[in-house]
Amino acid sequence: MRFGIGQPVRRKEDPRFLTGRGRYVDDINLSGQTRAVFLYSQYAHAIIKSIDTSEAERAPGVVAVFTGQHYKADGMGPIEPEMMPEDMGGPKGFRTANMPLAVDRVRYVGQRIAVVIAETEALARDALDLIEVDYEELPHVTSAVEAVKEGAPLIHEEAPQNKSFTLKMGNGDSIDDVINSAHHVTRMTIHNNRLTALTMEPRGCIGEYNDGTGRYTLYTSTQNVHGMKHVLSHQILKIPERNIRVVAHDVGGGFGMKGELYPEEAIATWAAAKVGRPVKWISTRAEAFLSDDQGRDLTVEAALALDQDGRILGLKWDGLHNVGAYINGAGCVPILFSLKLAPTVYDIPVVAVTNAAVFTNTAPTIPYRGAGRPEAVYIMERLMDTAAREMNIDRVELRLRNFIRSDQMPYETKTGWVYDTGNYAETLNKCKVLADWDGYDARKKASESRGFQRGRALIYYVDNTGIFNERMEMRFDTDGNLTILSGVLNHGQGHETSFAQMASEWLGVPFENIRLAQADTDEVSLGRGTYASRSTMVGGSALRAAADQVIERGKSLAAHFMETDADKIEFEEGNFKVKDTNKGMSITEVAQKSSLKMGVPGHLGAGLEGTGAFWSPMPSFPNGCHICEVEVNLSTGEVAIDKYTVVDDIGNVINPLLATAQIHGGVVQGVGQALFENIAYDDNSGQLVSGTLMDYAVPRADCFSDINVDFNPNASTTNPLGVKGVGEGGAVAATPCTMNALLDALSSVGVDDLPLPATATRVWEAIQRVSA
Amino acid sequence: MVKLFKSLFGAPGADESKSTQKSDPVASSPVEAGQISDHSDLITVAMTVNGEKISRQVEGRRRLVEFLREDLRLTGTHVSCDTAQCGACTIHLDGLPVKSCAVLACQADGSDIVTIEGLADGDKLHPMQEAFREYHGLQCGFCTPGMVMSAIGLINDNPSPTEEEIRDHLEGNICRCTGYHNIIKSIAAGGQAMKGQNNV
Amino acid sequence: MYKFHYQRASSVDEAREKYSASDEPRYLAGGMTLLPALNLRLDRPSTLLDIGHLSELKGIEENDRGIKVGALSRHRDVSRSDLIQEKIPALARLAGSIGDPMVRNRGTIGGSLANNDPAADYPAAVLGLKATIHTDKREIDADDYFEGAFETALEQGEIITGVTFPVPEDAGYGRLANPASRFPLIGVFVAKFSDGPRVAVTGAGPGVFRVSEMEEALSQNWSAETVKDISVSGQDFSTDLHASAEYRAHMITVMAERALSQ
Repeated sequence: MRFGIGQPVRRKEDPRFLTGRGRYVDDINLSGQTRAVFLYSQYAHAIIKSIDTSEAERAPGVVAVFTGQHYKADGMGPIEPEMMPEDMGGPKGFRTANMPLAVDRVRYVGQRIAVVIAETEALARDALDLIEVDYEELPHVTSAVEAVKEGAPLIHEEAPQNKSFTLKMGNGDSIDDVINSAHHVTRMTIHNNRLTALTMEPRGCIGEYNDGTGRYTLYTSTQNVHGMKHVLSHQILKIPERNIRVVAHDVGGGFGMKGELYPEEAIATWAAAKVGRPVKWISTRAEAFLSDDQGRDLTVEAALALDQDGRILGLKWDGLHNVGAYINGAGCVPILFSLKLAPTVYDIPVVAVTNAAVFTNTAPTIPYRGAGRPEAVYIMERLMDTAAREMNIDRVELRLRNFIRSDQMPYETKTGWVYDTGNYAETLNKCKVLADWDGYDARKKASESRGFQRGRALIYYVDNTGIFNERMEMRFDTDGNLTILSGVLNHGQGHETSFAQMASEWLGVPFENIRLAQADTDEVSLGRGTYASRSTMVGGSALRAAADQVIERGKSLAAHFMETDADKIEFEEGNFKVKDTNKGMSITEVAQKSSLKMGVPGHLGAGLEGTGAFWSPMPSFPNGCHICEVEVNLSTGEVAIDKYTVVDDIGNVINPLLATAQIHGGVVQGVGQALFENIAYDDNSGQLVSGTLMDYAVPRADCFSDINVDFNPNASTTNPLGVKGVGEGGAVAATPCTMNALLDALSSVGVDDLPLPATATRVWEAIQRVSA
Repeated sequence: MVKLFKSLFGAPGADESKSTQKSDPVASSPVEAGQISDHSDLITVAMTVNGEKISRQVEGRRRLVEFLREDLRLTGTHVSCDTAQCGACTIHLDGLPVKSCAVLACQADGSDIVTIEGLADGDKLHPMQEAFREYHGLQCGFCTPGMVMSAIGLINDNPSPTEEEIRDHLEGNICRCTGYHNIIKSIAAGGQAMKGQNNV
Repeated sequence: MYKFHYQRASSVDEAREKYSASDEPRYLAGGMTLLPALNLRLDRPSTLLDIGHLSELKGIEENDRGIKVGALSRHRDVSRSDLIQEKIPALARLAGSIGDPMVRNRGTIGGSLANNDPAADYPAAVLGLKATIHTDKREIDADDYFEGAFETALEQGEIITGVTFPVPEDAGYGRLANPASRFPLIGVFVAKFSDGPRVAVTGAGPGVFRVSEMEEALSQNWSAETVKDISVSGQDFSTDLHASAEYRAHMITVMAERALSQ
């Protein structure tokens, strides 16, 4: 089937993007709209003694200037974490309350203090200059390691040692004995550095209020309209959900960063009612660096205990996760997921891992592509390569010896995940063949003849994907064409195509006639959004359930139209047939007829439609092998990726073109973290020093070679489609793969560890240190 | 206790000291030579955009990208950075790809501008656009218009670029979704398809 | 951006006149440096004088002193010039490495030199090739032109009209790019003339400078081997997010070797 499941169908949505007719939030302009610009804190930590906005208010074109005092006086609420461990039966932590405009204290330089609303953005910025803020500076701390030390400034008085909570996972009561008696223990301190998502479309929104109906509308660039609506209703505006509509048209990238409500969205919505006109705000890139919530930032002390044959006896790590100044949105999730996935793909008898959410005077950290799983896999794969080197065991062999075997599936980890399927050894071997593992020596010599040191690494990753339930609807219109109303939220993944493929295959509806409706809380009644690589697994499975309901109802309708009983109707390839006869009706005909004004009994409904939901209590566990070969210029420290190979087990593959591209994108982000990207705060001033693209090195095309991807599907047992998520695995795996390859290249000169990112300067300095 | 006049962000004292006067007493200039006329603060600019002659009045500080997006409602050209690095704003000016965020509308007076909206011929996509679709060279689509305009510029200069040449050419076009892999394939194929066609 | 008056000049003289008549004027050529800076509100001129259309500042031609490059020559023009590719290929390569293709389609040599960013490429070529900077008033030797980061010998309102590059016997440019900005962290331009070699370094922080120790050694033996063990002190160099002063200092040697190996 040309447009069916498993086909590399080209995307339906592409024509508008290719011709400049996408509709991102900045492309939307509402009649009478004003423009908002925000004032950000000058200091990492300070008391706000007063804010004088009087001159700004009088500036040309200014409609209003608001501060936290105005917001608070209106009874508006703070942004709180979506969930805390205590909500899921875990320990109680300190739950932060983040007022969208700071009221009396600021805790990081990106925190918003005031908003100017004016006729144009330029006039708003002119007026911003006129706001006078009286700060009393407080001592600050930007590193989690420093923040938990005695005497460190307290970010929140209610959180001693700057810890909101500490989580423990595993079965590790005996871990110290295991470590003390082990033949070999590999110990490492590992810092997984802080990043920013850097979506190409910066954040932005337009808030609008209809004073006739009393309804607010928020147009925004988001991954989760229903989540936003919920927070706006319950936390911010404190009004019934029915009076809020949240809409996104095209969204230019998310990566987790756009998965939650931001202060600007809260303010634009609230302010629209205050000023009686729509309020539009679009982030600049500099503001994005400063005020987007950030990713990663975990420091661990880790120990891996092994016996003399290299079998892992125990894993211990204790982590400090820099959650930033507030816990926003799903800020707890990376902490939780890093612990749950800690043992990754290895059969480890004793696991003891802890992770603390630590406050500092930096931007809040939230899920960023991988959300805790890159951290877990990085720790494990660095430990494995280091242990292999220390014990003089082949790195690949060490992994094979410790893999969870396919006959052990389903496998329950000591942290409480149950891996459904996977054949790690088989996938690894397939990757080695694809990567021409055995032909490496020739490539190494060729690199050397060109003056480069070549290195390689093989890593194996697992990821947990899919969370929450999901709801999907299928509705046929009077023409008999299908609309899918989706609770997930496509922002580059190609859902207009992949869901249409599924529906086309299941229902026999022409692919080109299927429309995807999403991202509008008035149109789609319930949904969770797209993140955690959940859309195909959970959304697709819900769509399957919706399709089943369509078929069931279609049978009843067809039976009525063909004057027989429903149990005599079969559905096959888009047609409802009466068993053992030639009589039949296409689904299109059934849909058309069922929507006529007369002739359809009420109990059969009016129009053909179906709704489905899906929930899996356990995530699915995509897994795979990455092999990376790098070339290092020892005299400059520059590193280039020369060969990259992936064999991935993402279960059944719906659209290999789209799935492969998700892996490409994830790999490049993972390599970005390994070699280039770093959000840096200056310890002395608390200021963000990586504040523009001049300082934050995002990978360009010239940093890479081809990325060769193949699949080794082991269908998932967690969902009827047999799929596993694919969106994040590339980012989970590529960082340790790149770093291990680099260290392999440098092993000949004696460098055995490097910080993230391993920039040219750091590589060079490490080489100098060992030769000194 | 520290009293500060605001700057948008950045270290206290890092910004140059700025006057907080609301308007600068700048003398208005006489009418200029050529097509540029400066009555009060607005200047008339005339250019050809996607084959159509247009003329508008703009402030001196109006950037070409703002002019295209807001005055002409051609929203296909995007803004993604503020340091002229990302390439999302790439258009063709007098036949060459340039970053419209770093060109003033006034500078473009008298120029021939082609934006992403000017490539397709009705429903018929330009071969480079077609190649991006065929090779899945886009995901969220935000960098895509700039990427396509930049790619066409490359092929115009170098009809059969190597993979390395394509990758090097994209130094000024950032993508966060695709990992560039399929973009390279799209451009190579688009270049092949453009052979024998009239250059844009 | 802050508001400003935009004016076009139709001749160099007219540009000078308008400049003198303005409170806080800036010349606008390619705009690749000035316009992003204005966009970030880092500068607040009262008047922008667009000299980008002055035909008298364009053109690349050979004369008995070398190759004269008009101030408004875009980086693209210099990198693709048959004349420069034939006579000073290292200069063409340098121009072809500035920024990215779109930046090269707009940025000009005059603008780059007037700005004298300590991390710009052109200053290394101009100093390395002992070029002459022509202005509307006079000629300035390269050795007298650069006065430190963002500082030049130009007087207020003086307009660069062109640069004359003598044709060397050999030349090369070694460049190590900052991974974020893609500016040279270090760029070394080497040139061999009958009266001696020249080695000019950009990117280190204090503005472009020559390395006399390397020049002396190279006058004996023009090869990458010669400079391999010559190190430069990083005392005055920048340490920033991307590189330490020490790294920059060592990269001067590596980039000089790279330049000499071309």
